[in-house]
Amino acid sequence: MEFFSHLISGISLGSVYAIIALGYTMVYGIAKMLNFAHGDVIMVGGYISLLAMTSLGLPTWAAILLAMVVCTILGVIIEGLAYKPLRSAPSLAVLITAIGVSYFLQNAALLVWGANPKAYTPIIKGSVPHLNISYTSLLTICVCIVIMIALTLFTNKSKMGKAMRACSEDKPAAQLMGINVNRTISLTFAIGSALAAIAGVLLCSFSPVLAPTTGSMPGIKAFTAAVFGGIGSIPGAFLGGIFIGIIESLAKAYISTQLANSVVFAVLIIVLLVRPAGLLGKYVPEKV
Amino acid sequence: MKKINIKKTTRSDFITYIGVIIAFVVINTMLNGGMLTRSFSGMLVPICCFIVMAVSLNFTVGILGELSLGHAGFVSIGGFSGVIASQSLATVIESEPVRLLVALVIGALCAAFAGLLVGIPVLRLRGDYLAIVTLAFGEIIKELIKCLYVGIDKKGVRFIFNATGKLTAENLKLDETGEVIINGALGATRTDTISTFTAGFILIMITLIIVLNLTRSRSGRAIMALRDNRIAAESVGINVTKYKLMAFVTSAALAGAAGALYGLNFSGLDSSTFDINMSIEILLMVVFGGLGSIRGSIIAAAIIKLLPEMLRFLESYRMLIYAVILIIVMIATNNPTAKNLIEKIIPKRKKKGAEIDE
Repeated sequence: MEFFSHLISGISLGSVYAIIALGYTMVYGIAKMLNFAHGDVIMVGGYISLLAMTSLGLPTWAAILLAMVVCTILGVIIEGLAYKPLRSAPSLAVLITAIGVSYFLQNAALLVWGANPKAYTPIIKGSVPHLNISYTSLLTICVCIVIMIALTLFTNKSKMGKAMRACSEDKPAAQLMGINVNRTISLTFAIGSALAAIAGVLLCSFSPVLAPTTGSMPGIKAFTAAVFGGIGSIPGAFLGGIFIGIIESLAKAYISTQLANSVVFAVLIIVLLVRPAGLLGKYVPEKV
Repeated sequence: MKKINIKKTTRSDFITYIGVIIAFVVINTMLNGGMLTRSFSGMLVPICCFIVMAVSLNFTVGILGELSLGHAGFVSIGGFSGVIASQSLATVIESEPVRLLVALVIGALCAAFAGLLVGIPVLRLRGDYLAIVTLAFGEIIKELIKCLYVGIDKKGVRFIFNATGKLTAENLKLDETGEVIINGALGATRTDTISTFTAGFILIMITLIIVLNLTRSRSGRAIMALRDNRIAAESVGINVTKYKLMAFVTSAALAGAAGALYGLNFSGLDSSTFDINMSIEILLMVVFGGLGSIRGSIIAAAIIKLLPEMLRFLESYRMLIYAVILIIVMIATNNPTAKNLIEKIIPKRKKKGAEIDE
């Protein structure tokens, strides 16, 4: 029974990672960049929803919606100001810019909201009777599944989704077919940031403290999850997130609390050595 | 009169050496003359360490062409093994400079060994996958060191590994003369600070000699060939694994030596200092200075370490402005429109032939 509750909490933690990883993987798939600032957008989402609930007194659903809107706008602004001028630049330059944006967001949050961690009230309280599974866990899993299905339908069926896939496949060719590449990339950032806001609310409901650096470690782990599943692949990010969550939760329970992250990273290394492009990633042989 | 003909690369290297020597002489004179503020003179050794770290990372990223996000892991290994070596040899070797030298060599060897262990499996991966695995190794090293307890008494040095989280420094079972060197998550707590600015300068010079000579050698050309086109290099008979490992291990060893110097500069050393943010900071110096440009890394490392100090008058807005400067510099140097604009304002010097600073 104990194992079962650890497993459930692992899956729900993994669902949060999966939602963050979806943002990473979509941006990577289309813009071929590691968006290091993604973790900090999560933190901003957390703060906005907290402020909306406590200072503005909005109901929970409205707070989440407000956080999503703010993060979406933030994502699009970041993309337009920092990443768009570097479309043709070497990937390392873009990586460093993303790190710069991450520093910026963290320090801006430090100035605006202060360094002291704030207490976050979980959006729903209580747990399933007799099972030691919190309602937050169940809600997180449901939200993750809904997002996953919606996103898969969107990328496979809708016109914008098709444009996104075309851009990630071959940008010049997509442009020749009349696809507005810049707008598609902005849209990807918007979706990724909206997901980050949801992830922020769920993450803070899990571990109810909020500080300017809250987003960075979950961000790195979600990035790990995206690579684990094969970066650029949407089902891969989902699978990778759930796996990382389960491994972390079980390692914490049965191996060592201190070494839980090490176990996660060690599993990642072993998986990548066996499958160099991640679980679901496509291995593209080099042509000479 | 016969004109002395020096190779362009040799001349460029000599400028680098001479620049470093002049900077050292100037700063040292100012230091002895008491012209430096306390906070600035306290930063001299860390700046030397970061210069060595940046140059060594540039060897992996700029010359070998593989993105590494775990450089702080090697620095950490070098740092803690250097601290252990220095503290446990305190009674054996009286002279501080000799002890520092031994600590640096041991730090470099331990980091090189770790580089070899990490490098063999990891260098089979490419690009972003390699980056994420080096990041993972850096985090693993950080957590493993947090579980380490080391102590010394009359009978010798003792290690315990606290995997369960239940052990403490008491479990080392030291006798009354015993001293704890590394105290688990607290890190090294009572290290003798034996690092000096002169030692930092000598380490920079040794690093430069190793890196520049290796780059200009046959092996260095093989490594750069791998960076430019792996398949073509392989087809002319360059051993990929051998040269990649050579570059990776050299880089790790130098990082380890820098770590030992860094660790022995502070009485307390915590392994969470060496996290992903430190790896990123070193990478920042490399990219800022220019990939493959050793001179650039030295200058960038000094500027990036000093910039937050120089921006101190901005008080709490300091790091915010720092981030903005970072973004603006990256856009200004990489955006085609911005580049043209800058070239219009500051016309480029006419280059005689293509000068490549690599």
